[in-house]
Amino acid sequence: MSVWHFMVQNRAEVFELTLEHLWLVGISMLFAILIGIPLGILITRWPVLDKPVLGSANIIQTIPSLALFGFLLPAPWFGERADRMAILALTLYALLPLIRNTYVGIRGVDAAVVEAARGMGMTDRQLLFQVELPLALGVIIAGVRVASVISVGLATIAAAIGAGGLGEFIFRGLAMVSDAVILTGAIPAALLALLADFLLGLVEKRLQRV
Amino acid sequence: MASTGQSAIEFRNVAYQPDGSREILHELNLAVAAGETLILLGRSGSGKTTSLKLINNLVVPSRGEIMVEGRSTRSWDIIQLRRRIGYVIQEVGLFPHFTVERNITLIPRLEHWPADRIQARLKELLALVGLDPELASRHPRELSGGQRQRVGVARALAADPPILLMDEPFGALDPITRADLQSEFAALEKRLRKTVVFVTHDVREALLLGDRIALMEGGRLVALATTAEFLRSTDPLISAYVRSAGGSLHNTALGGER
Ligand SMILES: Nc1ncnc2c1ncn2[C@@H]1O[C@H](COP(=O)(O)OP(=O)(O)O)[C@@H](O)[C@H]1O
Ligand SMILES: [Mg+2]
Repeated sequence: MSVWHFMVQNRAEVFELTLEHLWLVGISMLFAILIGIPLGILITRWPVLDKPVLGSANIIQTIPSLALFGFLLPAPWFGERADRMAILALTLYALLPLIRNTYVGIRGVDAAVVEAARGMGMTDRQLLFQVELPLALGVIIAGVRVASVISVGLATIAAAIGAGGLGEFIFRGLAMVSDAVILTGAIPAALLALLADFLLGLVEKRLQRV
Repeated sequence: MASTGQSAIEFRNVAYQPDGSREILHELNLAVAAGETLILLGRSGSGKTTSLKLINNLVVPSRGEIMVEGRSTRSWDIIQLRRRIGYVIQEVGLFPHFTVERNITLIPRLEHWPADRIQARLKELLALVGLDPELASRHPRELSGGQRQRVGVARALAADPPILLMDEPFGALDPITRADLQSEFAALEKRLRKTVVFVTHDVREALLLGDRIALMEGGRLVALATTAEFLRSTDPLISAYVRSAGGSLHNTALGGER
């Protein structure tokens, strides 16, 4: 059976799993942004923390995804439901690009600009929100973009622990040894990744013109 | 020592040692009178920038204290202190994401001035520093080096601070633009009558702009003289600095009186 044929036949399920996939990625990106950006800001304020925080995020990212799901299985509350575990794992994976880009973006603001801002009597808060974050925004969005693309791909693994998403087709196809079924999961997932990359790329470009 | 009541700024036995480094500023005692322009003159690495930053508390002394308007910088609210002190640096440090207008009016906005007062002040400042009002809507990257430094000066003057700190503000400009800005600033100083501490390594600039010149070397204040006395001084350290700076300084000094 052709991929196209299979997709059309199962369009309701394709649609449903795509939405599930987007939901896994969307929720985990939201958590990653809410945690990663403040952490990135925090370590520019307390430089003693920068190495431990960036180091930990780095280590998390080197853990193979299947192994990470395995580690999370005994975790209280999270281990009880597959989607919780998947969202936690995806959030953890997305942290590194967000923390790192926020940190690098803020640290990369011209030292003379920061000195002038402080010297003229801006408070820490004004410096952060009116100078540092606006100037670092392009770099931060680039981090969101990288994290989103990685996350769309990784979310296919979530099906291995029963969390759903487009990975369902991929694992089912592997079991059935059917390329058509595998591709019915892989093609929409790849398209989602490209779409996320393209849209966030547009945002990034707009910001970098400033 | 000068009576504290008269001094806008006073260094009292100030030393500064950065964390994990040797002491880079030693036993600094110096009083700046209200309304005068004091030049901190010295070669690169002599401690001029550090001394300047002690005044607006960008650097905190390890010993001694700095009095600003009769109050130690330790007891000032830092933000209040800095808002009373205009600050201009060589690299200018304009906000690249703000227009010229936003750059210049930043402090008035932070201080919640009414919009019409901000606009009036903007016009006034643009005229004061010789900038075409049409430039107000541009971003810093669309300006020449001289125009940028003019914006930097306007920004520092925006809320009419009684004290102005300038760290080699014209140092990065080409010679002709630099000469223009120096003479315009000399005229501006006379009009505004602010207390100015001006850092330079250039003897000509010091003579053109200063009322008094404080010579620094190796983190110490080694000589202090009025501009008029400076070239005539028999102080060996002053003569040595003037000689090493070279050039036909007597001509400049005479030219500076025009
Ligand atoms: N934070 C610091 N840590 C270590 N050394 C410093 C620090 N700031 C300045 N210095 C050193 O102190 C000396 C004086 O610096 P500075 O005040 O910038 O001199 P100037 O402005 O006259 O060129 C220089 O040798 C400089 O390298
Ligand atoms: Mg300096």
